[in-house]
Amino acid sequence: MAVASTTDTPVSAATGPRRVPVGRLAVYAVVAIIGFCLAFAPFLFPDVRAQEVAARICVFIVLVASYDLLIGYTGIVSFAHTMFFGLGAYGTAIALKSMGPGFDAILLGGSAGVLAAFVLAVLIGLLSLRVKAIFFAMVTLAAASVMMVLASQLSDFTGGEDGMTYQVPRLFSPAFKLVEDADGKVARLFGVPLNGKIALYYAVFLSSFLLFAAMLRIVASPLGSVLMAIRENEMRAEAIGYRVVAYRTAIFCIAAVIAALAGVLRAVWLKYVGPDVVLSFAIMIDILLMVVIGGMGTIYGAVIGVVVMSLAQFYLKDLMEAGAEATAALPLIPHLLEPDRWLLWLGVLFILLVYFFPAGIAGTLMAKGGKKR
Amino acid sequence: MSTALERLGGVYLLPVLLAALAFVAIGSASTWTTLTVAGLAMGMMIFLMASGLSLIFGLMDVLNFGHSAFVSFGAFVAASVLAALSSWVSGGSALLNIVALLAAIGAATAFGAAGGWFFERVIVKPVYRDHLRQILITMGALIVAEQLILAVWGGAPIAVPRPAVLTGSIVIGDVPIEIYRIFAFLLGLAVYVAMYMILNNTRVGLLIRAGVENREMVEALGFRIDRLFIAVFMAGSALAAMGGAMWAGYQGLITPAIGPEMMILVFIVVIIGGLGSIQGSLLGAILVGLVANYVAFLAPKLSLASNMLLMMAILLWRPWGLKPAVRG
Amino acid sequence: MTQSPEPLLVLDDIHTDIGQYHVLHGVSLDVPAGGVHVLLGRNGAGKTTTLRTIMGLWRAQRGRIVFRGREIQALATPDIARLGIAYVPENMGIFGGLTVEENMRLATAAGTFDTERLARIHALFPAMKQFWTRQAHALSGGQKQMLAISRAIVEKRDLILIDEPTKGLAPAIIRNMIAAFREISDETTILLVEQNFYFASSLGRGVAVIEDGRIIHSGSMAGLAADPDLQTRLLSLSMAEAH
Repeated sequence: MAVASTTDTPVSAATGPRRVPVGRLAVYAVVAIIGFCLAFAPFLFPDVRAQEVAARICVFIVLVASYDLLIGYTGIVSFAHTMFFGLGAYGTAIALKSMGPGFDAILLGGSAGVLAAFVLAVLIGLLSLRVKAIFFAMVTLAAASVMMVLASQLSDFTGGEDGMTYQVPRLFSPAFKLVEDADGKVARLFGVPLNGKIALYYAVFLSSFLLFAAMLRIVASPLGSVLMAIRENEMRAEAIGYRVVAYRTAIFCIAAVIAALAGVLRAVWLKYVGPDVVLSFAIMIDILLMVVIGGMGTIYGAVIGVVVMSLAQFYLKDLMEAGAEATAALPLIPHLLEPDRWLLWLGVLFILLVYFFPAGIAGTLMAKGGKKR
Repeated sequence: MSTALERLGGVYLLPVLLAALAFVAIGSASTWTTLTVAGLAMGMMIFLMASGLSLIFGLMDVLNFGHSAFVSFGAFVAASVLAALSSWVSGGSALLNIVALLAAIGAATAFGAAGGWFFERVIVKPVYRDHLRQILITMGALIVAEQLILAVWGGAPIAVPRPAVLTGSIVIGDVPIEIYRIFAFLLGLAVYVAMYMILNNTRVGLLIRAGVENREMVEALGFRIDRLFIAVFMAGSALAAMGGAMWAGYQGLITPAIGPEMMILVFIVVIIGGLGSIQGSLLGAILVGLVANYVAFLAPKLSLASNMLLMMAILLWRPWGLKPAVRG
Repeated sequence: MTQSPEPLLVLDDIHTDIGQYHVLHGVSLDVPAGGVHVLLGRNGAGKTTTLRTIMGLWRAQRGRIVFRGREIQALATPDIARLGIAYVPENMGIFGGLTVEENMRLATAAGTFDTERLARIHALFPAMKQFWTRQAHALSGGQKQMLAISRAIVEKRDLILIDEPTKGLAPAIIRNMIAAFREISDETTILLVEQNFYFASSLGRGVAVIEDGRIIHSGSMAGLAADPDLQTRLLSLSMAEAH
């Protein structure tokens, strides 16, 4: 009998009487609020730190959403996503460093990085997407770690473990006057100087927005439905005549290219690249946590996941700091509550989430009081 | 591959071929011998870590991304035991040396077995057959385990005292060979032989081999494969911890990064060797060990990438690895 | 199926889902003790699912399965097997990396053979003796099927579930198989899933026809064999062509 065992992913199914999709509306509302906050972040949260966080959130939304294309929509588990992210970032950085701060450098370096990501994705995809998901996960993990080693060993190009700093085009430097007032000083809007920093933020924000919109479009396209059909029942999809490997490779390449583009944005914003900020395994873990917390297979979940994680990274640390002080007299416990150990608790939280709310925040909300798909 | 080659040993000839090529490239017999011995010793230690992972996957289709946590725990438990017994370790009595060593390896192995039991029951069991959640959960468990190691042992490098009997070298011809390497090789070989005997000459072994091929049919014949699986999981975790303990002694200095570092090698070994077979794991481990040592000497910059390239080449040639017990 | 005071196996309103597909929509079936009983049906009608549900390899969402007066639908597969039910799946479930001997040994409860019984099996399937120490993947398709059946009878079972044993086999081997099944069914009840009506009708005592996850006919094989109209109506094209 040709009925394959199906993986019951939580985002599917859920039928029932048609009701007002309260949960779905709630997700849209939350995403809209986050979008609003990000759109006006420089004015709403004028301090420097908050802007850093906002820019990081923008880029990570793109990165995590592109990962969701793989894990949520296709059921592919890849550990090479930071590798693609890093390729985009390093490509841009190396070009900016060697060619000087100009848009031509960003264009050239970024394209080179994106192209490299694309080629690698094609290779890895064709080589190993034929085999089991688990095998693929291992291959990508191995590839990603080699890339990390390369980045730290080819220090002439990459700056090694220390990474490298560089200049970005003048338009994006804080000293640049985007709008001048009558005195030739930088103009202010709601007390916020309209300088190059603002220009850079909006460049990052708008690019991220466009990429995110593109991904929403991809998911709604026929390609998106084919991918979901493959995820639900691979053998059936193959029997209907879809070339599973080709589709998988295609989405893997798309995700890789988007991740690399996110890397370009990150490199331009930070004016620094190094293994810790664009390539490390910790970032891969962050992405995984974000996509699972937000909700796999929803794209919108990426937005929620990134924001929740980013906030948690601050507040959890504060909470733990307090906890560690309160328990300072006890053995071991203060060590477990040390702010540096925040990943421990996040890990525990992650495991519990995968057990009890595998659909994540967005997925769980969307399943509530609403018809799905 | 032609049948004549197959009869001579087929893919098992690869390490020999590799060693021969390396001999030509290196040119010096004594250097070559040192590197080969180092490669074999390293391969055997990696084999300890990899064989369990491969069998666990083969039997139950479970890939435990947290496997490397047992390597780390094994290394740190062994280091702690050796540190606690430091007077025995450094003392002149060979007997006490050996007792301390056995205590360290034993403690690590026991810890691995106990941890394996906990891991299988609590972490893996709820997500049997759901690969996506399995990968995520074992990954989450790996994060937690690594953080626990950081909390207990701290992030600073820890020196691992090496028992006096195993320090130094013996000289064969004009080539000095580290005693520890010989010990590591022999221990790995002993474990391989034991595993081979159990798999091929006992009823449990028969069940495991059958289960790797077709789990469902073994159940339909009336055997509780889940119980068998706990046993294999515990044994695999214990071996990983043993491998970690050996590796700690070999390196002499360990950091919490030992787990992630070894995990990559272990994965490469399992991918090269093919999932579910200990012969494959042994072959893969020896290849990885030899390549790592030869390349580290011939082209140091390439050393980690070399294993990756080896993996890519073998995947292109045989997508399921060299000696898989299960395909696809 | 044929009337018998106390059926060996009873399926009562069995519903089975596989993933999101509802495959069995209330299968009710009595299998009396003794002889060969055939479950006929088209591809996708639910034959294999019925056998797998009996074996506990897929879970019934609803309904009862009673074997020798005991409800078994909630038991784990190994426990069901230990009650004396053997299963020969469509793909035969041979362990290719194991020798013929190891395949057979695995099916014994204690790991030892009953020599007399083994001699009978060897007489029934001489190839098994000939290739005793050979790895099973080297056997031909027919030999693999013989091994699968030998394995099922290496110890006494009360019920053997066999899924399409004739699939892809040459007619000569099928005739061979019929003789073997006759002999086996002297001591063991066989529930056979078949598409080959010739094979089924030359062996079966009782017959049930399954369509879209429901039993649409059950009675004696003799009755069905004697009624071409009923055959045509029940079995339509896919069955008839196997003559």
